[in-house]
Amino acid sequence: MRTYLDFEKPIADLEGRLDEMKRLAETNKVDVSEAVETLEKSIDRLRHELFRNLTRWQRVQLSRHPDRPYTLDYIERMCDQFIELHGDRTVRDDPAMVGGFAEIDGQTIMIIGQQKGRNTKQRQHRNFGMPNPEGYRKALRLMKMAEKFNKPIVTLIDTPGAFPGLEAEERGQGEAIARNLKEMFLLKVPVICIVIGEGASGGALGIAIGDRVLMLENTWYSVISPENCSTILWRSWNYKEQAAEAMKLTATDMTSFKLVDGIVDEPVGGAHYDHAEMANILKRTILDTLTELNALSPEERIDQRIDKFCAMGVVVE
Amino acid sequence: MSWFIRKDKGIQTPTELKREAPDGLWYQCPSCKQVMHTREHKLNAYTCVHCNYHEKIGSDAYFSILFDDNQFTELDEKMMSADPLSFTDTKKYPDRVRATIGKTGLRDAVRTAHGPMEETEITIACMDFNFIGGSMGSVVGEKIARAIDYAIANRTPFLMISRSGGARMMEAGFSLMQMAKTSAKLARLSEAGLPYISLLTDPTTGGVTASYAMLGDFNIAEPGALIGFAGPRVIRETIGKDLPKGFQSAEFVLEHGFLDFIVDRKDLKDKVACLLKLIK
Repeated sequence: MRTYLDFEKPIADLEGRLDEMKRLAETNKVDVSEAVETLEKSIDRLRHELFRNLTRWQRVQLSRHPDRPYTLDYIERMCDQFIELHGDRTVRDDPAMVGGFAEIDGQTIMIIGQQKGRNTKQRQHRNFGMPNPEGYRKALRLMKMAEKFNKPIVTLIDTPGAFPGLEAEERGQGEAIARNLKEMFLLKVPVICIVIGEGASGGALGIAIGDRVLMLENTWYSVISPENCSTILWRSWNYKEQAAEAMKLTATDMTSFKLVDGIVDEPVGGAHYDHAEMANILKRTILDTLTELNALSPEERIDQRIDKFCAMGVVVE
Repeated sequence: MSWFIRKDKGIQTPTELKREAPDGLWYQCPSCKQVMHTREHKLNAYTCVHCNYHEKIGSDAYFSILFDDNQFTELDEKMMSADPLSFTDTKKYPDRVRATIGKTGLRDAVRTAHGPMEETEITIACMDFNFIGGSMGSVVGEKIARAIDYAIANRTPFLMISRSGGARMMEAGFSLMQMAKTSAKLARLSEAGLPYISLLTDPTTGGVTASYAMLGDFNIAEPGALIGFAGPRVIRETIGKDLPKGFQSAEFVLEHGFLDFIVDRKDLKDKVACLLKLIK
């Protein structure tokens, strides 16, 4: 059963009609292939049209679509081998952050990402993709290990934020994220970071310091979620659409400000519409980017990585 | 006794008159409510002589406490916020900035300077909380980055005094990336083998905690300071329970292993200078 967002309602209606038509044809043994084809074409046209002019808030909704592929879905589709590695070696294993060595097109990479759950039980287990400090520490442990064995790092970002809980504070959520920022700048191996869903604030940035930072077409990346921004600045939850517009948080916005390096196209209808195609596009992007980065020396990569982030910001003097 | 009975009902003082008494002779401690002479309070490094409450002070006061004879050279004094997103919430962002500049006399939420401290040159960046909640936008990030550059070029130690509610929402993605920028510069400072002392004062939360404030070779804090990643209100809403007493206080953070020590503001200069001498 496919989930439709409110703005996808016209598509849902037509697809409902299409299913109905097919069922009737089946039971009555009538040939309706022509009508089916026409309807399919108009659905396709409608989808193209709807997805050509998405508002920022609609992209935020798409980034959270319950059918959207998550980190482990991409790993399964892109990689031939994957050995998941657990634990931060200090406190516990954080299921909201996954990672391990993987083989992609014959190359070994370290792949790390936040993980959301598909149903209620999984969502609880994955803490809705909100890592605790041990998640960030596990990520750093794996990145250091990748550096030791000279393997490139790919991180997939999809989080509504680092977990704001009591234990998270006790175990130093702020320190864990801060350390990752500093250490990731000095990694000698190539680092590619891709926002595949939600990129909320420090919780996203904590694994997003890379030589290339990319965003999928229907994702967002900013300092706070539109809802929380609305609550703080407008003192009400109701201005989330306005907040999304004001923050300019989409892949197009962030690329135009040079705060990220590029956009990865999604299939028409969004990543959730065609997992296989989406994973294919992402795999090609990763492989192409790796080839580019492998041409540089570790020192060049580190210098460029630092210079790029240091150029971010606009001031008046 | 009728002198003391208010006969007229509904007498109200306009808010702008209520807020802050003009700079007078007397200071009342907001914590223990005791009164002391302002000069005495200042000589006591703006801490209460009765209960040791550390008043929330700004860059002016910290510079005068730390630099010898208040001698320092300010860096990037004129830098101000731009409005890269043309951001408007209930107010336009440039209007908000202009109003705050008018009210505080500050240009943004951090000031950076270098000068002698116990006769040794040091670079200091100090945040001002009364500039939009000490929020970190492009100016804060850039000024800190350049102060670190100065420290590296002139081989001085770097002291960061944080007091901030976190990142500045009106610069959205730009303010988020200041966390990355400052951390990158601190990585360079580390490589240069120069000491970085991070002083966390009341309050230090959000993106500031999750970047430069927690990256010191030495993380130190003032007594009683609120220090955390998420603010107490957010945590309370998340877990649906009241928070234990003293949660996220400097003492709590020390106990959990994220601070090297807590320092009374009256001893700040001596202790920092002593520490720097020990590792010289």
